[in-house]
Amino acid sequence: MAYDYDSSIRPGKLPHIWCPGCGHGIVMKGLIRAMDTCELDRKNTAIVSGIGCASRLPGYLDACTLHTAHGRAAAFATGVKMAKPEMDVIVCGGDGDGTAIGGNHFIHACRRNINMTYVLMNNFIYGMTGGQFSPCTPTGDKASTTPYGNPDPIFDISKLAIGAGASFVARTTAFHATQIDKLIAEGIKHKGMAVIEILDDCPTTYGRRNKFRSVVEMMERLKDMAVPVAAAAKLPAEKLEGKILTGILHQEDKPEYTAQYAEVIKKAQGA
Amino acid sequence: MSSPKGEVEIIEQYCKGCNICVAFCPTNVLEMDLFVVKAAKPEACIACMQCELRCPDFAIKVHKKEA
Ligand SMILES: Cc1ncc(C[n+]2csc(CCOP(=O)(O)OP(=O)(O)O)c2C)c(N)n1
Ligand code: SF4
Ligand code: SF4
Ligand code: SF4
Ligand SMILES: [Mg+2]
Repeated sequence: MAYDYDSSIRPGKLPHIWCPGCGHGIVMKGLIRAMDTCELDRKNTAIVSGIGCASRLPGYLDACTLHTAHGRAAAFATGVKMAKPEMDVIVCGGDGDGTAIGGNHFIHACRRNINMTYVLMNNFIYGMTGGQFSPCTPTGDKASTTPYGNPDPIFDISKLAIGAGASFVARTTAFHATQIDKLIAEGIKHKGMAVIEILDDCPTTYGRRNKFRSVVEMMERLKDMAVPVAAAAKLPAEKLEGKILTGILHQEDKPEYTAQYAEVIKKAQGA
Repeated sequence: MSSPKGEVEIIEQYCKGCNICVAFCPTNVLEMDLFVVKAAKPEACIACMQCELRCPDFAIKVHKKEA
């Protein structure tokens, strides 16, 4: 059988607005499969985003969705989860939304280890606004605001999330379609802040400026960059140059924020 | 020639002609025809689902046939 995506999509919403070959559509399919795997009741699932092409994703999904202000997805999602801890909360957004304007909200949601799943589509650029560099644009690459090449070093989002305290951190790419839903599903099942970074492609504002001749070339690059963590452990350092590790990068058990806060409420009420 | 394992359905009004499905089909079933994909060699489909999984536009479905 062909996969039934239609049941998860709001009627009449397709075709979506994303450009030809934009990986956000591949991620959306993966998220739908992950929600199906976890049998999430869409009436009890809040999908929250900020602003950007990636942040348009929740609008297509037939669930409780919230499209908020640029960079503020994690803050709104925290509000939803605190008010309704029984809901499954998923955040979707881009590298600009999550690590530039929203960097602070992102790291503090990680620090609190609040039980939500953050799907971060890292396409190395601000796609929606025409290709300004983000904190994830590789050094030397071109953006509309770095015509001579980007002098900045990047944020490694997964490392940032681990350092900030997220208890589940995983990474894959838009090429590795089946891994997308597996990792998101693991993140949903995990009790605590789960960050799934998905290296993504923006052919329109990043690919063209950086000499990718086609969407397929961008996909090939994502395929070549990825090394599964288990395989990487057996490789010498020089073989890992320019590569990124994929799979579950970090997982630990530690106190979750809504549970901790419930204790505070109990104490305050003198129970 | 053995019969195809899958039947490819293309939703033409959703296809944006990105070429991802064409490039990654292992048996060259698909071809680009004026920015819309078509199943040029439907008989070669092995129902591996690669095209359906990677199409960003929900434009291609593969219906597996009973063996
Ligand atoms: C407060 C505010 N500042 C700036 C913008 C303009 N803006 C909209 S989307 C965006 C960047 C989005 O980049 P990213 O999150 O990486 O998503 P992408 O489009 O690449 O998927 C910016 C700067 C805005 N909408 N609001
Ligand atoms: S501009 Fe880039 S990120 Fe935005 S829809 Fe187009 S390809 Fe996707
Ligand atoms: S299912 Fe596999 S063999 Fe069939 S058209 Fe798609 S990619 Fe090609
Ligand atoms: S992957 Fe989808 S949108 Fe792209 S050419 Fe194939 S059917 Fe069309
Ligand atoms: Mg981006």
